Amino acid sequence: MNEPINKKKYKNSFLNWIEFRLPIISYFEKEYVDYPMPKNCNYFWSFGALATIILVVMIVSGIFLAFNYTPHVDMAFGSVERIMRDVNYGWLLRYIHSNGASFFFIVIYIHIVRGMYYGSYKYPRELNWLLGVFIYLLMIATAFMGYVLPWGQMSYWAATVITNLFSAIPLIGEGLKMWLLGDYTVGNATLNRFFALHYVFPFVILGVVGLHVAAVHVHGSNNPTGVDIKSKKDTVNFFPYMIIKDTLAFCVFGVVISSVIFFGPNLMAEVDNYIPADPLVTPAHIVPNWYLAPFYAILRAIPDKLGGVVLMLGAIAILFFLPWVDRSKIRSCNYRPLFKWFTILFFVNFFALGYVGMKPAEGLYLLIARIGLLYYFGYFIIIAPFIHRFEKTKELPASISDVFSK
Amino acid sequence: MTLAYLILLLLVLCIFIFCYFTATWVWIKVKKNKNNEENIKNITKENRRDFIYLSTLTVGGIGVASMIWPFLKSMNPAEDTLALGTVEIDISNIEVGQSITTKWRGKPIFIRRRTPEEIKEAKEVEIANLKDPVLDIDRVQKEEWLVLEGICTHLGCVPLGQKMTDTKGDYNGWFCPCHGSHYDTSGRIRKGPAPDNLKVPPYTFITKTIIKIG
Repeated sequence: MNEPINKKKYKNSFLNWIEFRLPIISYFEKEYVDYPMPKNCNYFWSFGALATIILVVMIVSGIFLAFNYTPHVDMAFGSVERIMRDVNYGWLLRYIHSNGASFFFIVIYIHIVRGMYYGSYKYPRELNWLLGVFIYLLMIATAFMGYVLPWGQMSYWAATVITNLFSAIPLIGEGLKMWLLGDYTVGNATLNRFFALHYVFPFVILGVVGLHVAAVHVHGSNNPTGVDIKSKKDTVNFFPYMIIKDTLAFCVFGVVISSVIFFGPNLMAEVDNYIPADPLVTPAHIVPNWYLAPFYAILRAIPDKLGGVVLMLGAIAILFFLPWVDRSKIRSCNYRPLFKWFTILFFVNFFALGYVGMKPAEGLYLLIARIGLLYYFGYFIIIAPFIHRFEKTKELPASISDVFSK
Repeated sequence: MTLAYLILLLLVLCIFIFCYFTATWVWIKVKKNKNNEENIKNITKENRRDFIYLSTLTVGGIGVASMIWPFLKSMNPAEDTLALGTVEIDISNIEVGQSITTKWRGKPIFIRRRTPEEIKEAKEVEIANLKDPVLDIDRVQKEEWLVLEGICTHLGCVPLGQKMTDTKGDYNGWFCPCHGSHYDTSGRIRKGPAPDNLKVPPYTFITKTIIKIG
């Protein structure tokens, strides 16, 4: 409060007028122009920016789709088909939105993998990690509710299955499920409220993303060595260096996502969602969206209703504890030769779980799912807390600029 | 088919990345033996920077614009809305002095079989007294039948005057209740804030008793 107000900072007097009343310009300068980034950050550090861009694209394309969509069981499927056929560029908007969701998860998974490998969740960035996992939970909920809206077969049965998860809760389960559905089964009331919530949640996500970014800017970004910033020599300004780097990453990403949107728009979609919802017939080959498949595999691996639900939700919930479960003081896996391989195996295992989640739950697939499940939880409960006692870590570099100049 | 395209695009991407790395490599080489022509470079540097800066901005601008275009375009009327086309109306049971209101492209259409007095009234008006001067003869195909879009040209309300009991305004035609515009027996604006006459939609007589609008 006692700091003197910096007068006449900008040449433009209008900017000074604004700045004196609302210091928003200097705020943006501090956070996005002069913000010091460790200069050894690699392209894995671009995925936060990519995720933000996709969030905005999803919100914008979602609003434009909502102009033409009707959330009513008799008209929902038809209105989506009308968007595809009659609305100008409706097909493009719809494919941007549906593939955008898939790519949002691809980007977020890489973002999470980056954080886990380089120890970005450790002191002092724990709250940052917690906010991130919270965003991930919100994303799953939002994507699920959006998937219900076209009211195809997959929409209907996904809604049925996921809302039934709540009925596994003892005593209050059935009541809770009815409260969510607003009906005895998934019906018009359900579709209506899912539409409303699917519209609201992205703005909640946007708010949490704001906190997420603000939190990381307090102590600065992590970097591939996991060593703290020690002097000005270790950093470069966010503008123009990292902005340009992120822009290049976005260009490459844009080529990839638009090639899928234009030439393979249904690669990541399920064919059965082009059949209108039928409450009397469940399709024979019902599979979840690929980005939820690992958790779906965990759910099916347990031959018990409540147990499966608890472990599936636990698989996400356990991520919240990662900063306290991992007891090692060293952040980056680059300097942890043993833990590094367990972490990479964790990613491979997650991928394998996703694969078996898309396959029928029988024979070998079920066995793989069960082994994968054991490793998933074993990583958090056994490996992460105790491995630092056996691990011989490599020597950390003295500073970031040391590594950079080599 | 889609797989082939994806492989093709992946190839393009690889070429792109290859170009990027080659350019970086060349740049490093150039930087290493820069000493000789330092001065010449300093002169041309500004222009080269400007060129890159401007071309990047241009390409980015075109990209953003072509991204925004489909979004804005999607808010225009969709194909199924545009395809509403034409309406055919049977006018055989309209008596002299009666009107009917029908719908075309979501708009009310007034069809009035005028009495001889009304026709006379419409013809006798001095063209100089009109705000939007048009002869009655130019507004009808057959004198007896007046076909109009029933939308006040001020702010789009539907004028009164179709029913026998409606007030027809000071000029015996139509009266808009929203802001008090008066239209005469040819549907021309005579008094009030509306700027133009009631519009005449495109129509043709298919037979003596059937009109096609649109």
